[in-house]
Amino acid sequence: MDASLFTSMLFATVVAGTPLIIVALGLLVSEKAGVLNLGAEGMMAMGAVAAFAVTHHSGSPWLGVLAGMGAGMAMALIFGMLTLTLMANQVASGLALAIFGVGLAAFVGKPYEAVALQAVPPIRIPFIADLPLIGEALYNQQALVYFSWALFWGLLWFLYRSRAGLVLRAVGESPASAHAIGYPVIRIRYLAVLFGGAMAGIGGAFLSVFYTPMWAEGMVAGRGWIALALVVFATWRPLRVMIGAYLFGGVMITQLFIQGSGLQIDFPSQLLSSLPYWATIVVLVAISRNANTIRLNSPVSLGKPYRPDA
Amino acid sequence: MLELEARAEPSRLMSWLSPLLAVVLTIAGGMLVFSALGKDPLEGFRIFFLNPVKDLYGLSELLLKATPLMLCAIGLAIGFRANVWNIGAEGQFMLGAVAATGVALYFDGSESALLLPAMIVAGALGGAAWAAIPALLRTRFNANEILVSLMLVYVAQLFVSWLVFGPWKDPDGFNFPQTQMFGDAALMPVLLEGTRLHLGFALALAVLVAGYAFMNRSFAGFRMRVAGEAPDAARYAGFSATRMIWIGLLLGGAAAGLAGMGEVAGPMGQLTDKVGSGYGFAAIIVAFVGRLNAFGILLASLLMALLYIGGEQAQQYLNLPSSISMVFQGMLLFFLLGSDVFINYRLRLRRRAVQGH
Repeated sequence: MDASLFTSMLFATVVAGTPLIIVALGLLVSEKAGVLNLGAEGMMAMGAVAAFAVTHHSGSPWLGVLAGMGAGMAMALIFGMLTLTLMANQVASGLALAIFGVGLAAFVGKPYEAVALQAVPPIRIPFIADLPLIGEALYNQQALVYFSWALFWGLLWFLYRSRAGLVLRAVGESPASAHAIGYPVIRIRYLAVLFGGAMAGIGGAFLSVFYTPMWAEGMVAGRGWIALALVVFATWRPLRVMIGAYLFGGVMITQLFIQGSGLQIDFPSQLLSSLPYWATIVVLVAISRNANTIRLNSPVSLGKPYRPDA
Repeated sequence: MLELEARAEPSRLMSWLSPLLAVVLTIAGGMLVFSALGKDPLEGFRIFFLNPVKDLYGLSELLLKATPLMLCAIGLAIGFRANVWNIGAEGQFMLGAVAATGVALYFDGSESALLLPAMIVAGALGGAAWAAIPALLRTRFNANEILVSLMLVYVAQLFVSWLVFGPWKDPDGFNFPQTQMFGDAALMPVLLEGTRLHLGFALALAVLVAGYAFMNRSFAGFRMRVAGEAPDAARYAGFSATRMIWIGLLLGGAAAGLAGMGEVAGPMGQLTDKVGSGYGFAAIIVAFVGRLNAFGILLASLLMALLYIGGEQAQQYLNLPSSISMVFQGMLLFFLLGSDVFINYRLRLRRRAVQGH
């Protein structure tokens, strides 16, 4: 492999992994608080379409990202009201959110289907972007790529070094104890769910405004579900989310490069395109094989409704 | 201030009223959506909810649309009752369609009366085989069946694309991504002259009855209900969780595969890359709105079919994207989940107590 191919593959892998990192880290926070929101796909779709529409009308991708974030949070709020206030089943509500979000995004996005956005130029970090091989790939990137790294470091600090993070984890492990000590369990869970929605919205915005500057129905293409799988794969640890996301990004990119390389490989492109989905399954199997790893690492109250006896 | 107060026991009345409440709220919400879009809400209501069923042909189309929904939903309900979350019915539906198409193409030109039954069996087996993957991975490797079954939907879609763009493409089809049209022996006979309603509808009703018998009258069905409602009791009684996962997924897959077969051998008459039209996902809503029981699923599938056709009508007469039906379908499930809180809780008016823990 020559150097420029390596650099462009690394560049593309980082780009492909970025929405997964952002979304999965948001979901990780929700799940650490004990809430399983399966609606990521719907929140991403709404984030993508809202960001696209606002960018198209305002001309500012940053307003677009904000709109995507807001749309994701609005979707998460519906989920929160159902599961936290009305104590509906989290699995069913998450599925409903996924179906509803994908449908609403298709509906709202219809007028934007034939519209293209201008590509947003990357931000070049002086000096280190000149590093051989990796410089161009890592440090001449979209702003949201840097955001995903900041999010990762911020979350590491928040979850494991800050008092608020400790409380969040306590709520996920044992809501009854957290409530007994006097923490507002439901409010904390709302905040965690909203954070998850905000990140899913930004992840969706990245897809429609930066990654492929266009909107098409179904463009999220299961990334919300892959992000959910990533959190399990990462056994609820941010570093592993990061590694996993880039692994998936690598799989997605490798199959694209094989398809575009003109290598005379006699293998149908549709079957190559299913590679990331198979990879998700394989990785899930590999990590779930040992039931203990999952049991020991998953937040104890994950998916269980909690109602404080006032 | 209004407060939720736990009921001493779940209200049976509310568990029946809740879906009705959800329907009323969805219609109200729908009319709000219409007026927000600058359409006359009453006109919208008429076109969306009444127009589709105004004559016999309209009714037959409604039953035609409801057929795959009730098939997929009854299969899913069996699993959902035991907390087996198969949400990949869409993929199992497609694989059922593929298997049935395979039989139809292999025996192309055959006039045999056995061809259609063979396709039915192939459809059910194809769907079940696709569902066997998450079942195997869940029981052997503890892999989450929600995520695995869902990933396989995308794989199935790409697989169908490959078939109809590649090896199965109709050589005389002007390069469209579709197979050749099936011969008469490979098509479902029409039940009602002048409509598209086909034998698959009768088949779906039979499967509903069978599903009812399985869930409410068989020991295996009883075990699965216990596992869902009282997992500890099921464990104590020694019911095999592995067996329930297999049963839930295989039956769900077979029913979805049958539904896929009914589409290619029914209204489509061929396999195209558009074979999965979201029925497998909509069926999740049908199963919940139908309270996971056969009779409820029958009603819910009719309602969801109405939302589908209403969306098409809204596209035609109101110039709205047909995806509006997905919005309404999602709203229906939200309202249902929200209303369900009143099964276990009631609203109580209460003065706010003095704060002080």
